[in-house]
Amino acid sequence: MTALRNISALVEKEWRHYFGSPIAYVALCIWALLFGGFYFLVINRFIVYSLRAGASEFGGGPKLSLNDWVISGVLHNMAVVALFITPMLTMRLFAEEKRQGTIELLATAPLTSTQIILGKFLGALGLYALMIVSGLVNFALLWHYATVPPEWKPLATGVLALLLVGGCFIALGLFMSTLTRNQIVAGTLTFGLLLGFWILGWMDDPSAGAVTQFIARLGLLTHLEDLMKGVVALPDVVFYLSFIVFGLFLAHQSVESQRWRA
Amino acid sequence: MIEVENLTKRYGRQTAVDGVSFRVHKGEILGFLGPNGAGKTTTMRILTCYLPPTDGTARVAGYDVFEQPLEVKRRVGYTPETPTLYPDMDVQTFLDFCAKIKGVPARDRKGKIADAVEKTRIGDVRTTLIGRLSKGYRQRVGLAQAILHNPEVLILDEPTAGLDPKQIIETRALIKALGGEHTVVLSTHILPEVSMTCGRVVIINKGRVVAEDTPENLTHRLQGAATVRLEVRGEGPELESALGAIPGVKAVRHPRPGVFEIDADAGRDVRADLARLVVAKGLDLLALAQAGMSLEEIFLHLTTTDVAAEPPAATEAPPAAASGEVQA
Repeated sequence: MTALRNISALVEKEWRHYFGSPIAYVALCIWALLFGGFYFLVINRFIVYSLRAGASEFGGGPKLSLNDWVISGVLHNMAVVALFITPMLTMRLFAEEKRQGTIELLATAPLTSTQIILGKFLGALGLYALMIVSGLVNFALLWHYATVPPEWKPLATGVLALLLVGGCFIALGLFMSTLTRNQIVAGTLTFGLLLGFWILGWMDDPSAGAVTQFIARLGLLTHLEDLMKGVVALPDVVFYLSFIVFGLFLAHQSVESQRWRA
Repeated sequence: MIEVENLTKRYGRQTAVDGVSFRVHKGEILGFLGPNGAGKTTTMRILTCYLPPTDGTARVAGYDVFEQPLEVKRRVGYTPETPTLYPDMDVQTFLDFCAKIKGVPARDRKGKIADAVEKTRIGDVRTTLIGRLSKGYRQRVGLAQAILHNPEVLILDEPTAGLDPKQIIETRALIKALGGEHTVVLSTHILPEVSMTCGRVVIINKGRVVAEDTPENLTHRLQGAATVRLEVRGEGPELESALGAIPGVKAVRHPRPGVFEIDADAGRDVRADLARLVVAKGLDLLALAQAGMSLEEIFLHLTTTDVAAEPPAATEAPPAAASGEVQA
């Protein structure tokens, strides 16, 4: 009970900070613009291809799916955008507290390190979730105008995938932020590592050896595929959740160790 | 209330706190005195569970700072030297946040905050962003935050630093008022502050306790012999020798006309005899005062002489060592 109250107080504090400064507005604004931009481009292409398919002499191939083409396509792109934006949300989480000295306030209040970390994680994740929701407004148009509205299930799992992959980015960024009192360093480290995890996925090649396969499976974006298609792929969900837990665990160890090393 | 046993903290090779032991009783105000870098802040950070000790133990309200930090933190209010505040929050929001994380129940929150605001007199800046406050106000917001949850123990690291003289007086009065109900440990390097607010003083230098007593006793003990300063108008040539003849007087100095400094045996009050003699001689007695060694002098004495040469327990009052060894 106290743990919940403490965590919610910390989440509220993070939100006050995000919305009391330009961070939240800039992040939301950029996200919404890019979401809208990708949506616009993808739907244009979809319309062109649909018309072409309809006009072909074979009476068109299989019907193009809004889910596969538009929703999944945009969400995929947004996962990459998240990779760029989330370091901005996480870099200050601990680094700023350290620089300001306010970490001492938190550390001497009756809070556990776990509560502090969860409060900050959920605070950042909450803002990220709000960003996702703001983008979903675009998809509402599909239901309104499309003759055959898209299925909602792939959309739901796609959004879940986007949330999970963002959670991984945030957990890693949170850990990086505990390592330094310099926000730029925290942000750059996070960004570099996230790019690394993205690139790992490019090694995915069915003909490659077991080791390469394994490393490729660590790529954060490779686990998006099935979820984006509407399959509730449990191994992928477990992978993301483990990644988040592991990131938060490292952050916890780092926060605790600072008390030891001093 | 606070028991510190043989506390040691090393940063790498550097020893910040070296075998410090002291106790603070319930309701007492303890002054923690020492030059900058003596280990005051480190000791306080250990007491507030911010840093773990390298060696030794510290217990607050019966809970070990290392074993049961949460219990300790619940009972301690703490302001570091530079108050830890969020510059982008206003005072009200900040105190509200602090009340929440300190576990003040929702129904008491408003009252407790109002109480702390009133005690620290920050009512007029409640809606101001902390980043825009002056140093003095920030210091007081830090203090308000510390007393917010009505903790049993208050640990204040230089609570009057950066305040103007009026605020200093008000803050000292507040701290004095907090003693009794709360147990207070306050650090400072301002000496009058200690004699004004604290019931007991621990003087620390280079990580070691060099003296521990009440301010009066410290003054008294280190005096060795009591010195009385006497001012008279119209003096006879025989006055100096007559003063010297009073029983209990060890030495008489006559630094300038009309002023005598009389050393008496320790524990012997010769003031009444002196007064009687002056009046009997038909002279005007202008001033008669016990010229004890001020806390300032004691402090300088304790912190500038070689600690190793002098055992940390300065409690047996090194006789007459007072004036001779002061190097500053």
